Amino acid sequence: MKRTFPLFLVFIFGILGIIPFIIPHPIVQNLDESIRNDILKILVAFALVLGLGSLLKVHMDKIKRKRENWQYSWILIISFLVSSIIGLFGGVAGAGPLPTSIGSFHFDIQTLYENIFMPLGATMFALLAFYMASASYRAFRARSFEATLLLITAFIIMIGIIPLGDKISPHLPSFAQWIMTVPNVAGQRGILLGVALGIIATSLKIILGIERSWLGGGE
Amino acid sequence: MSISLSPWIWISALLSLAVFSFLYKDNPFYRFAEHLFIGVANGYAVTFYYHNILVPTLFDPLFRQGKLLYIIPFIIGILYFTRFIPKISWLVRIPIGITIGYYVGASIPATTQAFIIKQIQGTVLTSTNFQAWNAGSWGIVWSVIVFIGVLCSLSYFYFSKEHKGVLGVTSRIGIVFIMIGFGAAFGYTVMARISLLIGRLQFLLGDWLGII
Repeated sequence: MKRTFPLFLVFIFGILGIIPFIIPHPIVQNLDESIRNDILKILVAFALVLGLGSLLKVHMDKIKRKRENWQYSWILIISFLVSSIIGLFGGVAGAGPLPTSIGSFHFDIQTLYENIFMPLGATMFALLAFYMASASYRAFRARSFEATLLLITAFIIMIGIIPLGDKISPHLPSFAQWIMTVPNVAGQRGILLGVALGIIATSLKIILGIERSWLGGGE
Repeated sequence: MSISLSPWIWISALLSLAVFSFLYKDNPFYRFAEHLFIGVANGYAVTFYYHNILVPTLFDPLFRQGKLLYIIPFIIGILYFTRFIPKISWLVRIPIGITIGYYVGASIPATTQAFIIKQIQGTVLTSTNFQAWNAGSWGIVWSVIVFIGVLCSLSYFYFSKEHKGVLGVTSRIGIVFIMIGFGAAFGYTVMARISLLIGRLQFLLGDWLGII
């Protein structure tokens, strides 16, 4: 029961996911829309709450056991609670019952998103430019024909899409464009077809109950 | 231009500098910014899911409009929390099973349509594909290169036979195309990161300090 019933549900809902692509009848389409827009959306929202619960549990545990850098867990928990309270009770754009401004200073969730989340996210990804450069220097040293080819292609693409490329040679940007649309497409498409076959095979294995790792451990 | 007086610009700028400080070495400023980022990101996610999904899709129909049928997804959703009760923790498999089952099922025809049929349509040597390049008679050459490239790339991933003879040659050609693909993807990714870096520097030097 503890494993068979969930496997049965996966099979039933797997078939329900496939059917709307095969049967265009309004009853089937409406049922599909209802599952997609009502049931699954709600379940995904609850899954997020579960994820957040786990995140908080991990950090509370870190604080309790005073593990390395435990003080920063307080930052995470407090910032999470403050932004959640502002967002839940202050509304999306400050339209809720909780006041989200003091004079001309606004602190609604959208303002927090634009002034904390966005700059931090952009800077963290920008930071990767330095690490990619140093990692690629160490990893992609032209030790073989393939590595050299990868390096040269990356170099042409990088130079070709900036104004400097046009200054070096007016043909460079169009050559970079040609690489993107012809040999790159061929290589990517080959990989994509392999990935697609892999997705289909894995999906079938899950629906048919051959792949059961999602059940987790225990009974 | 002069230095900004907006408190939010100052907060954004100082947080950006805290993240950049990681370039020197791991330090308390970076760790502070990192944890704040995760906290605010999750707080925003809660707000988004509550106001945009739970309220209009579940709470309004169930509690305001009295559509009792919505109690079913509500109860199934609640089952996620049985994860924290060891005796009945297996019940968490029900919402997971429904979600995985449906998305996995829907992915089969969607993947077949988008990643197999459409990709093959774009690869085969037809007059429509020749003209799609808008390159005159060169369109035929480009289409032939793509066709050969895709077949050879696929042959590289065929591991049921040793890569010798014809398969050895095609897989060798295939790896050339695959490496060009990786190189192009790498080059584009690096440029995207550089673009973000330029954006942050523009913000720090322009919006914050007013130098540029």
